[in-house]
Amino acid sequence: MSTQNSSTPVIDRPESSGAILEAEHLRKVFPVRQFRLFGPPLGVQAVEDASLALYPGRATALVGESGSGKSTIARMLARLYDPTSGTIRFRGEPVKLSGGARAMRAYRRHIQMVFQDPFSSLNPVHDVRYHLSRPLRLYGHARTNAEVTQQVLELLNRVSLSPAEQFIQKYPYQLSGGQRQRVAVARALAARPEVLLADEPVSMLDVSIRLDILNLMLRLKDEEQLALLFITHDIASARYFAEETLVMYAGQTVEGGPSDEVIQKPKHPYTQLLISAAPDSDRIKEGKHATLPARGEIPSLIRPPSGCRFHPRCPHAMPICKERFPKRTDLGGGHWTNCFLYGDGGTNLEQSLITVSKPPTKTEMSGQEKSE
Amino acid sequence: MSKPVSSQRSPSPEDRDRKLTNTEVGLNGAGLVEMADAATVASTDGMGTVGASPIAGVGAPTGVTGRLRDVWRVMTANRKATFGICMVAVFILVAIIGPFFVHTDPNDLSSDILQPPSAAHWLGTTQTGQDIFAQLMIGTRSSIVWGLVTGVAVTCLSVVIGLTAGYFGGATDDIISLFINIFLVLPGLPLAIVIGSYSPVKGPVTVAVVLLITSWSFNARVLRSQTLSLRKRDFVEAARASGETHLRIIFYEILPNEIALVVAGLIGTIVYVILAAATLDFLGLGTATQVDWGTMLYWAQNNDALLLGAWWWFVPPGLCIALIGTALALINYGIDEVANPRLRSTKPKTNTMKIKKAVA
Amino acid sequence: MATSVRTSDTLLEVKHINVDYLAANGTVHAVNKVSFKLGRGEILGLAGESGSGKSTLAYAIARLLRPPAEITGGEVLYYPRLHEGKEGQSLVTTTDFARGAKRGSAKASENGHENEVIDVLQLTPAELRAFRWNELSIVFQSAMNALNPVMKIGTQITDVLQTHRPDLGPDSRKQRAAELLRLVGISPDRLNSYPHELSGGMRQRAIIAIALALRPEMIIMDEPTTALDVVVQREILELVSGLCREFGMTMIFITHDLSLLLELADRIAIMYAGKLVEMGASKELLMHPRHPYSYGLLNSFPTIHGPRRKMSGIPGYPPDLRAVPPGCPFNPRCPLVFGECHTVVPELRSATPENPEQIVACHLYDPRFHEGIPSTADIAAEYDKLAERSTAR
Repeated sequence: MSTQNSSTPVIDRPESSGAILEAEHLRKVFPVRQFRLFGPPLGVQAVEDASLALYPGRATALVGESGSGKSTIARMLARLYDPTSGTIRFRGEPVKLSGGARAMRAYRRHIQMVFQDPFSSLNPVHDVRYHLSRPLRLYGHARTNAEVTQQVLELLNRVSLSPAEQFIQKYPYQLSGGQRQRVAVARALAARPEVLLADEPVSMLDVSIRLDILNLMLRLKDEEQLALLFITHDIASARYFAEETLVMYAGQTVEGGPSDEVIQKPKHPYTQLLISAAPDSDRIKEGKHATLPARGEIPSLIRPPSGCRFHPRCPHAMPICKERFPKRTDLGGGHWTNCFLYGDGGTNLEQSLITVSKPPTKTEMSGQEKSE
Repeated sequence: MSKPVSSQRSPSPEDRDRKLTNTEVGLNGAGLVEMADAATVASTDGMGTVGASPIAGVGAPTGVTGRLRDVWRVMTANRKATFGICMVAVFILVAIIGPFFVHTDPNDLSSDILQPPSAAHWLGTTQTGQDIFAQLMIGTRSSIVWGLVTGVAVTCLSVVIGLTAGYFGGATDDIISLFINIFLVLPGLPLAIVIGSYSPVKGPVTVAVVLLITSWSFNARVLRSQTLSLRKRDFVEAARASGETHLRIIFYEILPNEIALVVAGLIGTIVYVILAAATLDFLGLGTATQVDWGTMLYWAQNNDALLLGAWWWFVPPGLCIALIGTALALINYGIDEVANPRLRSTKPKTNTMKIKKAVA
Repeated sequence: MATSVRTSDTLLEVKHINVDYLAANGTVHAVNKVSFKLGRGEILGLAGESGSGKSTLAYAIARLLRPPAEITGGEVLYYPRLHEGKEGQSLVTTTDFARGAKRGSAKASENGHENEVIDVLQLTPAELRAFRWNELSIVFQSAMNALNPVMKIGTQITDVLQTHRPDLGPDSRKQRAAELLRLVGISPDRLNSYPHELSGGMRQRAIIAIALALRPEMIIMDEPTTALDVVVQREILELVSGLCREFGMTMIFITHDLSLLLELADRIAIMYAGKLVEMGASKELLMHPRHPYSYGLLNSFPTIHGPRRKMSGIPGYPPDLRAVPPGCPFNPRCPLVFGECHTVVPELRSATPENPEQIVACHLYDPRFHEGIPSTADIAAEYDKLAERSTAR
């Protein structure tokens, strides 16, 4: 049995060293176009204060359910949406949110995206060659027809669609879901990006071929030292695929860190809920049944709960959870969480729970180091 | 209480199915529906809408070249469409070669006043001795050519406006929609009449321009809604993410998916334009020397042909208008039936089917 | 053939069902001679990917297929529960229902026989209508779209009651509707809500409530949780399994996600290319998957705990039913393929003598073709070799 490629051990990295794409305090509100007589205009608070960093040759997973804002973050990183506030940095330089088509193209040369639905991410009226030639031409990697053909064949071989000559003239309807997804990956690669954002790339594929596609992306990541962002709702595949995992709930980031840490020792109650809800063959083998520590459903994002948005469902909710969103508490080893149970900012290296019985007063909680 | 967020993962295979049915039934994104063979049906496990049969709706769209071949195959298989095409072909033939059979100038006066059809004048003569057959031959060419030109112009205008509104959305869409709605509400023909009658220049060009102004809005709205839904498809996002320019996306990514709608719209527009042009001419907005179906009817009306029982004067042009209108409508039905198999009256050999889930 | 694990009597027996899709360019065998027995109160999980035929099979049982799909062979035998002379409590209030009166001629000719048999495929339309929803109800795949968007939830439930139980007055109908909602965990004041006012999970529960309206003997659920989030999915599964246990309902649960079935189902049947390839108790299947496809499928789910290792799923692509390979349809992808697999179609047989209830359609277990019985470890070894090879790619 071979073990997964273990990349550099996770240590507390100094801020933005080597990070190729960073997002800081991203926020996105989608206006709701509705005529309202009274009150301020409505908006969908899709993302509130998300920060993440992507490093070359490393995969980061963004895990969350629907409404968590994970796809929105990906689209903001791909500049398909503009963030309402917050900064995006590419190679340390903040990305200007204006600049017209030329600036956009220059940006998109480095950041490419793979979409979820293999059926609709390829235009049904164009063949594979067209799909792959567009980025090649746009970014000047090929000029003549001969060059285009040669590079398209190369790309198809890299994503293991062989024989490439057969695939080059096929239309999407002639391809299976897995093959289409490979074409989508090839299209993203054609631009020779440094960052690949994959928005639930295998959710709509048959189970037995999901691993193939994931392995393909991992191989490409190693070969090209790509920075991968893997968005998924399946925390188990996040663990398989990515070195680092970020968990989001209702637009807020709640926990993050090395995948194994976060999954074996989840700290935030929502992460614990996700893990207990996921099917676990080991638990089944032992005959144990899953117990869900919380009930309820994901809240509406138009009028989200105040403070920490998980508080209506959280079994450990405290009065302060309603008042404001906790700052990021460092739990050591790159593991962090946004939860008042562990503190409000600062570090908590022993990862000890702040006792719930004694609800801390506001003065106690204002960003002091805590350990009990 | 506020509307709860659905616990649905977005999008699931079911969402995709719903998207397919919304945008592709009847007006298939790729133009025409492939008659999916059973394997596509079975390999996707054959499931479809709730409670109903597992087989319903839409099949996989074909590629561009495949689509043209399919158009031909289906048009010839569908009796209505074939009939329509034949009739239109006849008219086009007449328009092209008809005038070569005419040896007299249609505007020539002669002394045979109001003669019924005879060997000398195949369709009789008018009040002023003009040969109606000659007029019909020349007039057919004129009507059809102007009908075609105007129809194409109107369709181009509606394509540009509709696609722009649908693609850009937001404020652009709001403004353009406002115009579309205004022009939709204004009654087309009366407006055309009013503008035409105020126009200092009369003639086929005026008619064409007037019709251009008043009839683009219907198709523009249809295309706008189709574009709005196509806009949300992933491949458009992917094209944007690849860095394509807006123009390229509109005309190379979105428009090819709407060809069926555009063609149907074109044919419908041509019908309308021919009829409307004839109407405008009938009402006297043509010039005196112009010869086409509408003006023939105008002169017939003015000279009381009906009262005088000179059926050979107004029946031929009227019949031509009716026939070509019917023929084009039949072609349109044929296209509709291909695009939306539920409209077919005869049992098709194969059935079409909604793709349920990704096949590996 | 495997018998029911839980109770001793059979509720449903499917014998050699064949479903074909007829098309101009050939016939496709969506379901190929599938047979199994379903015991009363049992939960059977039907797992498979695209092209496996699992949904087609379920629809065939309920006779919901339309042309070009046709049932070209087989029987679906249903053994209804008798309400007279039945010892023990009937958890289902069969006495409430005037079943006999409705069914009328649906009863088989054997009157007073202990087990009356109904061939579902032979029922007349009237009998079929009575059969449906009283005995068998279905929760469809896009169940959330099954709700009429312009009708209140309460109305949709009472509609069902009105159609099938004309003896109930409007008040008792409303009461029953409220009862049903409470049963599935929705508060009864939601009777007056429209579907769009409910979240996805609640809509799914509403659909389940409608399916339960007449306390059917059997429910078929076709991928009811596919479109739901993980947490809601878990809740719905808990609800469903709770209801089944409480009312002794039999259930066929269809899904492509095998991991759900491991906790929910008593028995699991795995289908591939229209054929049943393995069936057995779910615990057994999890510990000792016999068919290489089952192993591959189980191994396609990354684990949450346990060591992280390179996994490779199953090579190749799910089958194209137009061009099914000769012999075993899995042979192009199977890491343990050998000679006979390309020529002879395997039949279902017991995998091991110690555990005859687990049946598998694989030549590895056929003493005529293969010496000895491979263990799960052997299968695992072959798949691991595959994983090694794929890293080199």
